Order: sequence, then structure tokens, then C-alpha cells
Amino acid sequence: MTIIGSVIALSMILMTVLGPWVSPYDPTAVNVSPPPNPSPPSAGFPLGTNLLGQDMLSRVLCGGSIMLHVALLSVLFCFIIGVPIGLLASYAGGVLDKVFTLVMDSLYAFPGLVLAIAIAAMMGRGVVNMALSIAVVYVPSYFRIVRSQVLTIKELPYTEAAQASGAKGRTILLRYILPNVVPSIVVVATVNFADAILTAAGLTFVGLGVGIDVPDWGWDLTKGRELLPSGAWWVITFPGIMIVLLALGFTLIGEGLSELLSPRLEQ
Amino acid sequence: MGLRSYIVARILLTIPMIMLLLSIVFLIIRVIPGDPVLLHFEKRASEEAMAAMRRRLGLDKPLHIQYFEYLGGLLHGDLGKSMQDFSPISDQIFSAFPATLELAIFSMLIAVAIGILLGVRASKSYNSLQDHSIRAFGIAVYAIPIFFLGMIFQLIFAINLNWLPANGRFPPFLAEPDGLIVHLSKPAGGFIQVFMWSFPAGLASWAICFVALKKKRVKFWLKDFLISLVVLLAGWIVYAYLAWHFMCVGGLHISTGLFTIDSLIEGSPLKFVESLRYLFLPSLTLGLVLSGVFIRLTRSNMLETLRLDFVTAAKARGLKETAVVYGYALRNAFLPILTMMGLQFATLLGGAILTETTFSWPGLGRYLVDRINFRDYTAIQGAVVYFALVVAAVNLIVDILYAYLDPRIRF
Amino acid sequence: MISLPLLEIDSLTIEYRARRGNIRAVNDVSFTLEKGETLGLVGESGSGKSTLGLSIVRLIPHPGIIVNGHIKIDGTDILNLSEEEMRSIRGKKVAFVFQDPMTSLSPVKKIGAHFTELIRTHEPKISEEEALKRAKSTLNDVGILPERINDYPHQFSGGMRQRIMIALAIALNPDLIIADEPTTALDVIVQAKILDLLKSLRDTYGMALILITHDLSIVLERCDKILVMYAGHLVEYANSKELHENPMHPYTRGLLQSIPNIELAGQKLAAIPGSPPDLLNPPKGCHFWPRCPYTKEKCRVEKPLMIESNPGHFVRCFKENV
Repeated sequence: MTIIGSVIALSMILMTVLGPWVSPYDPTAVNVSPPPNPSPPSAGFPLGTNLLGQDMLSRVLCGGSIMLHVALLSVLFCFIIGVPIGLLASYAGGVLDKVFTLVMDSLYAFPGLVLAIAIAAMMGRGVVNMALSIAVVYVPSYFRIVRSQVLTIKELPYTEAAQASGAKGRTILLRYILPNVVPSIVVVATVNFADAILTAAGLTFVGLGVGIDVPDWGWDLTKGRELLPSGAWWVITFPGIMIVLLALGFTLIGEGLSELLSPRLEQ
Repeated sequence: MGLRSYIVARILLTIPMIMLLLSIVFLIIRVIPGDPVLLHFEKRASEEAMAAMRRRLGLDKPLHIQYFEYLGGLLHGDLGKSMQDFSPISDQIFSAFPATLELAIFSMLIAVAIGILLGVRASKSYNSLQDHSIRAFGIAVYAIPIFFLGMIFQLIFAINLNWLPANGRFPPFLAEPDGLIVHLSKPAGGFIQVFMWSFPAGLASWAICFVALKKKRVKFWLKDFLISLVVLLAGWIVYAYLAWHFMCVGGLHISTGLFTIDSLIEGSPLKFVESLRYLFLPSLTLGLVLSGVFIRLTRSNMLETLRLDFVTAAKARGLKETAVVYGYALRNAFLPILTMMGLQFATLLGGAILTETTFSWPGLGRYLVDRINFRDYTAIQGAVVYFALVVAAVNLIVDILYAYLDPRIRF
Repeated sequence: MISLPLLEIDSLTIEYRARRGNIRAVNDVSFTLEKGETLGLVGESGSGKSTLGLSIVRLIPHPGIIVNGHIKIDGTDILNLSEEEMRSIRGKKVAFVFQDPMTSLSPVKKIGAHFTELIRTHEPKISEEEALKRAKSTLNDVGILPERINDYPHQFSGGMRQRIMIALAIALNPDLIIADEPTTALDVIVQAKILDLLKSLRDTYGMALILITHDLSIVLERCDKILVMYAGHLVEYANSKELHENPMHPYTRGLLQSIPNIELAGQKLAAIPGSPPDLLNPPKGCHFWPRCPYTKEKCRVEKPLMIESNPGHFVRCFKENV
């Protein structure tokens, strides 16, 4: 499963990166095809054109960059914020741990998209803001996983042994606990990535995305909605499939990894 | 821990959580951006206009006062005023919420139904092609953006095939279901007459109490007799009071806000069918995306339960396959599914926002999105707070329900 | 005219096919059972006795397959029956009592419900009321108060749950009851009570009984015939009196000797040396030779066939040894 996922994900990333060089037209250029627009898939424009006369193929090839950026940033933010807090709070224990756990549990219980929308609405448009709002929603997941791992490892004999031999808290954290926590974090990160992509698309759909000029699958979906009653299916189908594939790719990687890491059901 | 102490502890725990949630929302919407009024006008208004709005909405007061007013207002259901027309936000939210609730309920039903059907199928044919394809379906379906799926459904079923409506909640040519309106008027004898005639209600509640106590204890002691007497009086008085109240008001309006139920109460099959027609695509979209979780949960639970001894023992008695799978295995595996339903409620509400926007469904989600477009920040805050409170309430109910049903805690 | 035996097993071979290899859990077993007879099926764990028992109701767990042989109940080979036809036999003609009473009942179902479901599945015309009445009388037969019919399984002790399982088994008056280690999970005093209960039910209802156990002492007095199994093979098969007085197979002798005898207190407890073979890679020739005190060169190479050393007394050993 991991393999299939990685293949899909990598090919999508590759496509987005190489997009600008490979696409037949400038994805932002308007009216590359003569009116009437939108026009269905044809020889010159294999994926059709949208209302503004932009070539869908080019837009599809280049449209993933914003999403990838947002997802990557949000995962990074989560990592930088969630993991250290998780490590420190659960290792230190006591009041610090209880307070943070309460905060994280409250955030976790909040409907994710609502929270992301609220933050994005207040902070305004832009890639960074989107990433931040998504990150805030996912930090509790990282915190929880890190915390449960730390609590288990804290009780294990070799940790006690290290403490008994006078090792400093910091060393124990870095040398013993962190390496064991990493695999689970990676799994969470991949699922987080997939979810971030879907949430980013959602935010765009709701009107909290990025500016208009950059080609973006989410944007195409949002704009394409107006063309639906006329039956112009190509405007939304191809960008939508791309989003599905990208999210699916990372989800599969996450699933595959978690299966590898946990014991399998032997008959 | 006994059941009662668990419930009390759980409720007590919820209070700091809710406080925290409310504070977080306040932080996000009032504190972080600085001045919501400024954001609203985007610098396109005069200072006087902005100051006037601040005064009307109470946004010119110091932050900590605003915080307390905010919390205080919540205690009696006041969610503030809209920036657009200064009307109370609570009214707008309460009128929009039932639509979301209806969507949520049906979507959850569809998600669980699909989840159980496919999950059971997959578990029965472990490691077969059917099993793997169902698992793949479960994973894939969650990766589809809800609005994309919704649009595809709209394209296929509404625009191309014209079987179902693409938008909205109810056909424009019909009056919306309103439930049952019972007209009542005060009788000549006034309250005394109503009070006398309410005696049967008291009798009925006494009878119920009597039967219930008889079931618990074989004999009837003095204490039980006194309790049943109290129940009789209570039932009598409550009924009389309610009847009188509604008579004074002129009538009784029974409605739930859910079009499907209201049309049934009204007795209009046409409205019922129409409301289902409009409900179908949105709830199918949301339910389908959510079903993935339930498919996987049911499957893994069933795989475990099907191996248990009592399942083989049931088979050895010659019971039918369906009876064994559903009556023995699923019954025992059901509790986690119930818990998951509660846990997924938050995700459901989030997804409802997208679904409502796609299908122009007049619920709380679409309200939120509208308010965002209008930069109506007080309304956004109100809606977000409401979402948070609903989720917290549902989580609490599910936790208590679980404690009640789990034999380990109950017995 | 000779009447048909109730149960006829003919050259039955059952394998478990796993990735690591095949395990022959039951290897060429044949015997018959007449109506009303009791049969004791004795063997260590891994001897194949449970698999054999389960095969009679066709409930061998995955990945087991019946490779060869016939199982005939009242003359009909059940291996040819459809699942639906088999289902009507289970619980009604042939009943199975499982080993662990603590886990054999559904925890969320009342005892009464177990019964009414059973009765109404096989006899759909019976009303709920009538089924409940029959359930209560069956519970009475096994010594459980009929008032407890609305209780849940966890409200009963282990011994009582096993009685309930037995009640479920006799509820439809079957011709054959297969009890797989019915007392292993219970303590000694309850054990005797359960076995006595089975005996008295047999006297009342007259059904045949197959008692599967690892404890030879249990079946010596209570069964008409005894089958001894080792590593999937039937090694000895005789009337219980004959087997007790005249054990032929070295394994049987070892089993008999290892039964604790209070009169021999003070002496060392005899045991059969060694342990059962790994069925993935069983020893060549007679599977028992590594533990057999009489083993010869021939035993390690050739597999002995079943021979009738005395009338009605079969043993799988080379004639020289016997």
C-alpha cells in the first residue's frame, strides 16, 4: 500500500513541479482559445477550457503548487509547535502536563473545519495564514501521539536506568524518547498532509483561499461551480480528480506505514 | 466507579473545557485581529461610522469587560448582534440550525448504514477480493473533497438526469412544513375547570409510576406509596399548568424544525416526499464521505467478534447465518460504533459547512459562509461559539450514553 | 435386517492448510456409533479429537479442509449436503457442547432468548410462549431454576453456564450430543456433577453421546466404547471394559498407568516420557515411536495398519508388539 501511495504522491508532486515547463499554455493567460468559452475537451485543448478561456490542461498541471505549499507549511508548523510541547509537557508531568492536555483536548474536540475557517477568516488571505489555521487544528493530534508515546517510554526500564545513572532530562528526551516517537509522528504527518490538502481546498471553496492569479485546483473547483448548470463538467472534474489523487496518495502512504509499524493480524 | 458518580464527574469536567473553548473563540475573533470593526469596513468608512458601530455592538469597552459581557450573554442565550443589520444573532442561528441538524442526522444515518453493511460484508469474507476492495473504498472515499463529490452528484443526478433537485431544501411552490398547530381556547370555567379536567393526567402518571415500582420491588412499602402519590400530584399539576398556559397563548405549535418530521406531523405525504427529495443528495454526499470511518471500524470489530466462542456455539445450534452475524456478532460489536458516531459528529458539522454551501442548503454552515463574505465578524463569532457548544453537548451525551450501556461500568 | 448405525465415520482425513505447511489433524479415522451409545474420544491436545468432533457438525475452523473420507449420519453422507441442509441438522439432530462455558453464551442476550431463538429457528410454527415453556422445562431438567430464564449469562457461575449449554443441547431432543471437554474449564467437584448430569439425561432421553476429553479416567466408567487418538491417528478402539482390562497400544497403557491412584500413594506418578510430535513434521513411520517403550526398527519406517486383535478390539500397532 505504501508503494502505491508513494507512487501516486510523487507523481503528483513531480507533475506540479514540472508543470510550468510542460504545460502547453500559460495557465493564467486568458482566452487562449477563441470564444465561446467554456469549451469542452477537444483536440487543441484536451481538458477543455474554463469561462475565462484558460486552458484546463495547463491549469491542472500547474494547479497543485498552492496546495502543496500550504500542506507542507502546515505540517512544518505542527511539527515545530506540537512535538516540542508534547515532549516537554508529558515528560515534565504535573500541572504543566494537565494544563496542556486540557487545552489540547478542547481544541481536538472542536470541529476542525470550523476552527480553521474561524482563524483564516480573522487572519486574512495568504498561503502562510492558511497553513497556520490548518496547523492549529492539527497540533492536538501531534501532541496526543507524542504524549502517549512519551508516557509509555517514560515507564520503561531503560529510561529509569538512564535516569539513575544521572543523565539530564534533556539528554533522555533527545536520545531515548525522541527516536522512538519519530515513527508515529511520521505516520501522523502523512495523514495530516492529506487532511491539510482537503482542508485547504475547503477553505478556498468557502472563500478564504489565496489570490486569483495563481492556478489552483481548489480555485478552479470554486469557480467552476457557477458553470455547472450549463453542463460544463470538465471545468471541475479534472481539478477535483487531482485533489482526490493527491490526498489519496498521502493517505495510502500513512496507512501503509502504520500497518508496517504495528503488529499484523496473523491468522 | 458507579454510574452516577461517573456522570457527575464527566459533567464537572465539561465545564472547564467549555470555558476554554469559549475563551479560545474570543481570543481568535476579538483579540488576534485587533479591531473587528476595522476589518469589517476595510478602511472604507468614516471614523464616526466605525465608532457608532463599536458603541452599538459594545465593542468600544475594554477587552476584559467585553469578555465578561460575552460570557454573561451566553448564559441567557444572547450571542450578540450582527454587524450587518444589528439584529440578534441568536435568532438567525436558531432559525438556521434545524436545517443543519436534519442534514447531520440523515448523513450520519447513511454513513453508519453504509459502514455497517459494507463492514460486515468485508469481515465475513476476510482477505478476499471483496474485503480488499471494500477497504480500499473506505480509504478512498475519505480523500474526496466533500464539495467535489457534491458537485459531481449535482452534475449527474440533477443536471444530466434531472431526477433530483440540485439546490435548496424545499420546492418553492409548496409552503414549508410547519408541524401541527393546535388551536386552544380558554374554557368558560377558567383555570379551575382546566384543573379538574387534568385529573386523568395525574392518574396516568400515577399508574406508570405504580407499574414501574411493582416491577422493581415485589411488595409495596409505605415509601413507594408516598412516592407514587407525589408523582400523581406532580403529573396533575404539571399537565394543568401546561394546558392552561397554551390555552392562554391561543394554541400549541408542535414543530421540530426538521422538515421530514414536521411534514409527517402535519400529515402531508407530499411535503414529506419533497423534503426527502431535497435531502437526498446532500446527505448522501456527506454520509458517503463519512462512511469510510465506519466501514473500517465495523470491519475490525466484526473480525474480532466473529472469532469469539459464542459465535461458533450459535452456529453449532443451527442458527441462520444472518441471525448469527447480526444477532450475535454485531450486537456485541455495536458499542464502539455508537461511540464513534459521537466522535464523528464534530467532523460531520465541519463537513456540513461545505455540503450546505454546495447545495445552497439553508443551514448554519451556509450562514457562516455568508457571514464571512459579508465580513460580519460578530456573527461569525456567534456561529463558531454555537458550533463549539453543540459539539461539546453531543460529546457529553455520548460519553454518558456509553457509560450507561457498557456493562462493565453499569453492573 | 441390520439397522443403520447412527454415525459412521469412514477413513476421515482432515488437514489444516497454512502458509507454513499442512497439518494432518485427523488421519484416516474410522468408527461407528449406534443409537444410544456413549463413546469416549480420548487424546492429548493436538491429537485431533476436537477437530474430529467439529467435523461431525461440519464446523471445522478455517483453514481446515476435509481431504478424504465420509461422515454418515443415519446413512446420509453429510459431506454431500448443502449448507442449508446441514444447518437444519445442527442443534436438532446433532448438538455440540463447547469447552468453555464462560464464553459460549452471548453476553448481551438473555438465557431465555438463546432458547427461544434455537427452538423457533428449527420449529418455526411454535409460538414464543410455547418455546419459552419448553425452555423452562429444559432448564429444570438440568437443575437450573426456571425463574432465571430472564437472566443474563454473567449472572451465572461457570458450572451453571455449562448446564445451560447442555440444556441448549438437549432442547430439541437430538439423536447425538457431542461434548468437547465439557468439564475441563470447571473445578473437580462441578466436573463430577456435570458428568453425572449428562449420564442421567442420557438415561432419560436416550441420545447417543460422544465425550471428548484428555482424561481417560472420566470415560472408563461412563462410556460404552472408547477411542484413543494420538497425533491425528486412531490408535485403539474397543469397549471400555475390554480397553480397561486389556489395553493393547503402548500409548493406552501409558495413559492408564498415569491415572493417579490413591491406593498407590507414595509411589512416583507414572507419566509417558516425551511430548506429542510437531504435526508439521511428524516422525516417519508410526507417529508414536519416539515415546514407545516397545519400539522396534520397523516402527520407525513403516506405518502400522489398524488390526483387530480381539473381536471388536482394534489397535494400530504391529502384531509383534501386541
